[in-house]
Amino acid sequence: IQNTPLSYKMDITEVPVSQDNKGKKKKNKKPKKKSPEGNAESSGVEKEEEKMEKSEPGAAAFPPTFSVSEIKNKQRRHLMFMKFKQEKRKQKMQLKKKKKKEREALGDKAPPKEVPKTIENQRVFDETMVDPEDEEVAFDEATDEFSAYFNGLTNPKVLITTSDRPRGRTVRFCEQLATVIPNAHVYYRRGLALKRVIPQCVARNFTYLMVINEDRKMPNGMVLCHLPDGPTAHFKISSVRLRKEMKRRGKDPTEHSPEVILNNFSTRLGHSIGRLFAALFPQDPQFVGRQVATFHNQRDFIFFRFHRYIFKNEKKVGIQELGPRFTLKLRSLQKGTFDSKFGEYEWVLKRHEMDACRRKFQL
Amino acid sequence: MADRSRLCTVWLGSETGILKGVSVTRKQAFNFCNTSHLSRDQEVRALCWGDPAESEVLVGSVDGTVKTFSTEKGQFTDSRRCGGPADGGFTGLALCGAALVTCGECGTLRVWREDSSEPALELSAGNNVCRMRQSPVHRDRVATGGKDNGLKIWDLQKPDAPLFTAKNLRDDWLDLRRPHWVRDLAFIPDSDKVVTCTGYHQVHVFDPSSPQRRPVLEVEYGEYPLTALSLPAGGSTVVVGNTHGQIALLDLRKGVVRGCLKGLAGGVRGLQCHPTLPVVASCGLDRFLRIHSLEDRTLLHKVYLKSRLNCVLLASRDLEDGRGAAGEGGSQEVKEEEEGGEDEVWDTMERVEEKPKRKTTEEEEEELQKKKKSKKKRKKGQD
Repeated sequence: IQNTPLSYKMDITEVPVSQDNKGKKKKNKKPKKKSPEGNAESSGVEKEEEKMEKSEPGAAAFPPTFSVSEIKNKQRRHLMFMKFKQEKRKQKMQLKKKKKKEREALGDKAPPKEVPKTIENQRVFDETMVDPEDEEVAFDEATDEFSAYFNGLTNPKVLITTSDRPRGRTVRFCEQLATVIPNAHVYYRRGLALKRVIPQCVARNFTYLMVINEDRKMPNGMVLCHLPDGPTAHFKISSVRLRKEMKRRGKDPTEHSPEVILNNFSTRLGHSIGRLFAALFPQDPQFVGRQVATFHNQRDFIFFRFHRYIFKNEKKVGIQELGPRFTLKLRSLQKGTFDSKFGEYEWVLKRHEMDACRRKFQL
Repeated sequence: MADRSRLCTVWLGSETGILKGVSVTRKQAFNFCNTSHLSRDQEVRALCWGDPAESEVLVGSVDGTVKTFSTEKGQFTDSRRCGGPADGGFTGLALCGAALVTCGECGTLRVWREDSSEPALELSAGNNVCRMRQSPVHRDRVATGGKDNGLKIWDLQKPDAPLFTAKNLRDDWLDLRRPHWVRDLAFIPDSDKVVTCTGYHQVHVFDPSSPQRRPVLEVEYGEYPLTALSLPAGGSTVVVGNTHGQIALLDLRKGVVRGCLKGLAGGVRGLQCHPTLPVVASCGLDRFLRIHSLEDRTLLHKVYLKSRLNCVLLASRDLEDGRGAAGEGGSQEVKEEEEGGEDEVWDTMERVEEKPKRKTTEEEEEELQKKKKSKKKRKKGQD
């Protein structure tokens, strides 16, 4: 009965946070009261608390405060809303000014500025993050399909082809990819099935098969198949920019084999994908060419850029983009060579199931 | 090692040749192997219990050796050679009395007596065998099946001819042959029936007791090859998994999907249901062990195990019971405790329900007052 006025007040002011505090206070007090007889009392308090919580949803159906959205006249509602927004903005600016003044007043002693919250630095913990000292993962990677390349036994040789009858940008995109990747050969598809192309590639010592898919004259997909025994990755391609469309671009790239930068491939799946990209390029870059290919992973999107750098003096470095640039997103990783029907998938992107949490990343 | 291995209730074989034990209660995973001698030749292909008390695990690897792992001692105690690399990896291991039954990918089904390096019995089950399983009721019956190699049920006492051979499916509407591709199979405990799943995304039920040699029930699920299957305790349903990491619960009476289990990222390699509890463990190419509840289909446990996993084996004692293989007495005690706990929960719930009822009248009054107040407020606001 003591609590009734409290709950009564609460419902009108509708400050759920304050209610929480009160609840906590009561809980804190409870142990003090404890006595052999007091058990019954304390349980009574609990019950009343529960009752309070129960009565809440009933009251929530009647918003006690005035709300702009309840105004029926549209013009008036709009006006009120604008006013409301202006006020909010004013408050925000004032707060900002106040903080700035405080900082200036404190001078050197000012606390360091807070790091802005981004969804990357709030990333959900991923247990598959690779620990470089892990023996088991190291063994797994040392004996996987790419081990021949990383042990220096094979040299990459890439076949680039497209979906059947490519048109427009796709053809040029393939040609430009072939200038980026050393030892790449562009062939017309000629309506051949991939499953029949793969054995021929293996017989001719190709280590990669890259197929660019085209939709309405725009490249939109890429199948990257490591030969002779997998794995196969399927990517979505977006924002393709060819050399002609780039501003401030350097002269055409030379035939030197570029350096490769792989950024942010940190999970187990990311490692596999990183190795897949690394094995596209020869292992010993020719530094004379001063060319760098970058695969940068951010929020599971892989950004590809191709640059030439120059050391202007001891401190300054200049870079010049050579193009093309595009963005990849992993759709699936399949064990073995391309077999979309009977192949076993190591990882498949399941939309609405995997990307339900925006702060969870796969690569 | 011994105290660790006693805790484990789930055993997994990995592609890197490591036997892994997982303790579900402690949320811990252990590797049982010699880390200096890792090699892909020892890739684990089949697991089975080495004795009815579940104190030994038999581990079949690709190179044709069967190792015995003692869960009491926590180490490998024995290793024997059952066939060479020419037989391909093991597709199934089973224990029939004291004899060990093995089956390789190229279809050699062998029975090994203890302490002899030569097989006591050898028969050929055809090429490309994908799975061999033993009947849980008749221990001397095994079934095999594979690609272009239909289901065959063998009686090991009469090895000359199979007890039952499945007939190919009827030709389709274009009069084209519909090939066999059994990927996994299981005996339905209370009957003679055998359920198989195929690479052409079908689930078939064969009934050897009926004269029909074609499946008596055909269910299709999804559009990707089904790779693993397991029968839950209740019967009448089957859990199947495919290469895209979709697991579904199928009803074997009507042939409809009862529900799907979510959360997998990669293809399923191994599935096993707990013999008594309504839970299913799955493992596969995404390197996770996942344990789902079959009742509400929620994910109960998820453990990252660093290597691709080939097979899973559940202990028949309670999953949550981490006290080791001490015996059934322990698990029973736990169950009793749990029941007691539930009673308490129910008692408290009743109390809670009763007491608000007494004060309902007061509450209603309060609410009425509040409503009045809020209405008044609103009027003010509109003014």
